[in-house]
Amino acid sequence: MTAKILHGGEIVQDAWTVLEDGCAEIESSVGRVIVTLARWRTEREALLARYAAVGVLVPNTTDIEAAHLEISDRPLIALQFPTFTDGRALSQAVVLRKRLAFRGELRALGDVIRDLVFWLGRCGFDSIVPRKDQNLESCRAALNEITVAYQAAADHHTPVWIRRRGQAAAH
Amino acid sequence: MYRYDETDRALVMQRVEQFRDQTRRYLAGELSEDEFRHLRLRNGLYQQRFAPMLRISVPYGLLESAQLRKMAHIVRKYDKGYGHFTTRQNIQLNWPKLEQVPDLLGELVEVQLHGIQACGNDTRNITADYLAGVAPDEHTDPRPYCELLRQYITLNPEFYWLPRKFKFGFTGAAVDRAATRTNDVAVHLVRRVDGAIGYRFFVGGGLGRQPLLAQEMNPFVPESDLLRYACAVLRTFNRFGRRDNIHKARIKIVLREWGIERFRAAIEEEYAKIKASVEGDELLLLPEDIERMRGYFTAPDYQPVSEAGADVVALAARDAGFAAWIKRNVRAHKAPGYRVVFVSLKAPDHVPGDCTAEQFEALADICDAYSFGQLRSTYDQNLILADVAERDLQEVWRRLAAVELATPNIGLVTDIVSCPGLDFCGLANAGSIGVAQDIYRRFDTLDAQYEIGAIRITISGCMNGCGHHSVGHIGILGVDKHGEEWYQVTLGGSPGNDAAIGERIGRALARDEIADGVERLIRGYLELRCDEDETFIECYRRLGMAPFKALLYVNESEAAAA
Repeated sequence: MTAKILHGGEIVQDAWTVLEDGCAEIESSVGRVIVTLARWRTEREALLARYAAVGVLVPNTTDIEAAHLEISDRPLIALQFPTFTDGRALSQAVVLRKRLAFRGELRALGDVIRDLVFWLGRCGFDSIVPRKDQNLESCRAALNEITVAYQAAADHHTPVWIRRRGQAAAH
Repeated sequence: MYRYDETDRALVMQRVEQFRDQTRRYLAGELSEDEFRHLRLRNGLYQQRFAPMLRISVPYGLLESAQLRKMAHIVRKYDKGYGHFTTRQNIQLNWPKLEQVPDLLGELVEVQLHGIQACGNDTRNITADYLAGVAPDEHTDPRPYCELLRQYITLNPEFYWLPRKFKFGFTGAAVDRAATRTNDVAVHLVRRVDGAIGYRFFVGGGLGRQPLLAQEMNPFVPESDLLRYACAVLRTFNRFGRRDNIHKARIKIVLREWGIERFRAAIEEEYAKIKASVEGDELLLLPEDIERMRGYFTAPDYQPVSEAGADVVALAARDAGFAAWIKRNVRAHKAPGYRVVFVSLKAPDHVPGDCTAEQFEALADICDAYSFGQLRSTYDQNLILADVAERDLQEVWRRLAAVELATPNIGLVTDIVSCPGLDFCGLANAGSIGVAQDIYRRFDTLDAQYEIGAIRITISGCMNGCGHHSVGHIGILGVDKHGEEWYQVTLGGSPGNDAAIGERIGRALARDEIADGVERLIRGYLELRCDEDETFIECYRRLGMAPFKALLYVNESEAAAA
């Protein structure tokens, strides 16, 4: 039985299993696994042969553009938040989504608290695994906590300076 | 002045509700102390020694009368009747109650004020030349650019969890009045001979531990690329800023560890990639975007000099008090018939930078009547009425004097910059305010102050350097030695065009020695200077540390000689 997570703004049963490094013997019936970038690099063929889908977990210190060629065809990329205050993966996410046009599932893992969720959503994470003690319903609500934005991130917002074109300055 | 539209209003109001919910969850035990700490800091709320401190952002130091009246109300209702202006042009409240802060913030947003990103590891309030738009030496008003950047960095999700705080400072004038290079990023507006406007970007400044001045990264980024280049710098910082040691987490440390060539190459590479991508299209500012923003910062309707002007010299000749104030607190204005009036927050026996509810109200009335309804806060913890007609100067002086805001000491020895220090701050090692007041009393006759001339004394109660001690001509840093307050003196710092980090002179002085020591430095300078025009900093630069060291440690010299 897998955990529940947020995906596409809804609370769903997680379809993926994280395959820890060194743990080789997970049944292929699991279907969808997430492996580290290091493991993906060394066991790519075997993993593809064994599992229906393989996602890759990228450390937040990795140059996402340099790694991109190896993972651009993956159905899922997971990025890490060792602590909720460590925002490196937010930049990785924005670059992945906007510059590298990654369209697969983008997952946030780690110390994901409810009050990080809003920022994750804006940076293009559509798959969010909150820390175990977090209330999922509350996390889901956090996605839409602030409905307006000045700037675009990897989301639906248009920058305010573009939206205001053609309008006179308010006084 | 920038005016909120529906987007701005919705954003700050939703933000208040977000924080209200966070506060509720914290008080209900659903958020840990550490988790809530990061959230409240990003709303300006800092835990001090006795109570929370709320820092209210004043974008590039610009305020208007409705905001001043609201501040008067706020400090009466939620605090002890006063607020404190900081070196970053912000306002701090020392005594709000946590459970009332959401309501307080709710009242602030009614007048376009908030504490968003006022503290915490994020992009902070942007500071700028306090004479923007009125300085005779200005070629380009920086405020439209500040506001465009403010909007880009406000609640920007990618840069909301940076390794450490991140500050921008702007100027578009010949004289740097905003200590720009003490910021993580200094933006100097430039105008090329062909008329093209651009930005000279400096990166990697910061005070606190290991004070450093920002270094030039790019001499000319085109006007359209303000946000693109800012994005490149911020992303580089977010990726490479150290997160293993809070004392090494500012961008200045990346610059120092990498060296300027590698650092510049990384930023330029990211900038090039941004330009070439869809992000680059979004971040590109069109001339109309900038023009539209300029519309918020147009000059007020100045009257012709025949209406506004007055023979100030003749007026001053009849009143010595007015004359002193004109000489010290009034400066030239680019519009004929107008002057810039400095409001001194450095009255005798007052805390530098403090402003009472009554003063907020008086200022609101004065700026409504005499300065187009606006007021500014300065880097030196004073205020400015930027557009006063010469014919109104005497009345403005009387009204300011009535609320103790006309002390004629701008730029003089009693115009001391000071953080709140140990009296309030949870980080401080030593008191600042008491030291400021002690030094003040040594020189409180005007004649003495005028004789000494321009000098910058700055005091910080700890290494974090909120009082900008590193860039004071005489900088004083409070340190803790076995539970006692001691003070380290640095000399030769400057925040301006001649920006320099001060040099530590020697051993720290005890609390009961520091005012004596500073007095000896200053009285000694009067003997050392080559003529009356040589300022303290010029004299120090000519003579070097040695004669000043002998002045400060006179007792040791005597002991050594005996």
